[in-house]
Amino acid sequence: MKQPLILFVFLFVLILTVVVSLTLGRYMISLGDLGRFIGFQFSDCFVMEERQYQIIKNVLFDIRLPRIAAAVLIGAALSVSGAVFQSMFINPLVSPGLLGVLAGASFGASVSMILAKSWFVVQLSAFAFGMIAVLAAVAMSSLNRGDRLLMLILGGIISGALFTSLLSVIKYLADPYEQLPAIVYWLMGGLSAIDRMTVLTVGVPITGGICMALLLSGYLNVLSMGDEEARSLGVNVTLLRFIFIFLATVMSALTVVLGGIIGWVGLLIPHIARMIVGPDNRILLPAAALIGATYLLVTDNAARLLFKIEIPIGILTSLVGIPFFAFVLRKAKRGWS
Amino acid sequence: MSAVNIEHVTYGYSRKPVLKDITIGFEAGEVVSLLGPNGSGKTTLLKLLLGLYKPQTGSVRLGDNPVRAIPPKQLAQQIAYVPQVHRPSFGYRVLDVVLMGRMPHKPFFFRFSDADEQAALSALERLSICHLKERPYTSISGGERQLVMIARALVQEASIFIMDEPVNGLDYGNQIRMLSRIAELSGSGYTFIKTTHFPDHALWISDRVVLLKKGRIIADGTTEKVITKSNLYRLYNTHVDVLGLEGGNSICVPQAMKRFHRCSGECKPMKKNICLP
Repeated sequence: MKQPLILFVFLFVLILTVVVSLTLGRYMISLGDLGRFIGFQFSDCFVMEERQYQIIKNVLFDIRLPRIAAAVLIGAALSVSGAVFQSMFINPLVSPGLLGVLAGASFGASVSMILAKSWFVVQLSAFAFGMIAVLAAVAMSSLNRGDRLLMLILGGIISGALFTSLLSVIKYLADPYEQLPAIVYWLMGGLSAIDRMTVLTVGVPITGGICMALLLSGYLNVLSMGDEEARSLGVNVTLLRFIFIFLATVMSALTVVLGGIIGWVGLLIPHIARMIVGPDNRILLPAAALIGATYLLVTDNAARLLFKIEIPIGILTSLVGIPFFAFVLRKAKRGWS
Repeated sequence: MSAVNIEHVTYGYSRKPVLKDITIGFEAGEVVSLLGPNGSGKTTLLKLLLGLYKPQTGSVRLGDNPVRAIPPKQLAQQIAYVPQVHRPSFGYRVLDVVLMGRMPHKPFFFRFSDADEQAALSALERLSICHLKERPYTSISGGERQLVMIARALVQEASIFIMDEPVNGLDYGNQIRMLSRIAELSGSGYTFIKTTHFPDHALWISDRVVLLKKGRIIADGTTEKVITKSNLYRLYNTHVDVLGLEGGNSICVPQAMKRFHRCSGECKPMKKNICLP
């Protein structure tokens, strides 16, 4: 616990990125406008034209802030979930989707896109099926004796494969002119459909989940020494593993509710964080949260600004993530061996 | 009534039990070596003592309570596990690894205090490895890692140490240093229950030796009484001489390894060079 200073650096970078992101977009808001707007909001010393004030207020509060908040939440949640899983499963190639949550959520969202018209039902069903997929994986793992972690991974593979093939069925059955493109587009991930209410309702449990994971991060160090050692140190391995799986699953499923499937963040960011701050989960988790939030915010800015039309963010995260991951793996020796 | 008692324990799959109707007690303060061929159930016995496995029949008790009924934290305050030298995945700081030993004394939501850190540092001091405290656990040698595990068990404040082949994978010098550490610590009242593959190691530091074969105890008693030519033959199916040396030490010499030298007509075993640590 000797590097909390670097966490403040990460936090500072994140705040800076948020402020800059507020100014970026179709409607230009300069840093000066932003400063004047904030000054006008909170004191009488600033003057501002009523019309400009209204426009800036609408742009910031209805469009940019919710979207920025969503990007920050998703980035942090996926990175923390990934770090939790990598430490708990003692495996560098593990991502938050390990136990099938993303496959389940994809299926849940697509099936309700066909059957229901309401966006709320789609979100609810994505979350519910994400949870169901992980529950299925955990249930399957507990049917068998043997190495618990291995059984969980196998259960996750089976459950993930099941929901992926069910997703294919849905795609096949979907109306190819309207429903199928909607499903495919949604699976690429994107934050353009974000609204304030969703961010607020989903943001609370995500933040809660992250805080809980940070509070319990010390246990991850012990769990990564192996089950028997952890138990001989007085740790209730079964309970803590359940808590961590639950937290990571809820957080990952909620990111799907916010922005669809956004890959590679949960695999890549924990690696980068580990390279910078080392493997101690008590520092790694907050570092991963801050770096992940910054990374996804930057990527989302690129997604909405780089070209005339918006690129699905899931495409960007994988296009950036894959080569970077290949590069990182070569250097990742430090954290792992 | 001993400190830890195993009574009529059978463990394993029903067709092929690993341990069969084992009854044994361990006294406080003794150094016990479990000897036995591969697959004889030594490690299983240790894990039963740690409450990691649930016996099919019989009971494992610490004092009056079955170990599986003692809350994990309380059990960890009394019994510490020193696992075999293993290569961990994450390079946590040595100090952080030792600090893990404080976990049984912490509430559910915990932060290690300065007092915990002091305890960890003094344990490292006691084993003279304080210079390693900032090093990543993955970058130190096997012998050092084993000492770190012992330091962790010390800060756990348990009185019973369970060690699975504590010198496995260590070089000769480190084996001797490790065993003398154990002998030292047992002098200050700790109980050691350890497995080993070397009867010599038992001869060096054990008060008592238990021989396990195919899930049964075939001998149990003071080291001198148990480590004999006939017992070792029964255990390992190979002829080993146990030679007494001046000064009370004994040493095992496998007959198959005796050096022969050619002499006129017949061959005689030549006296081996003997080294004693």
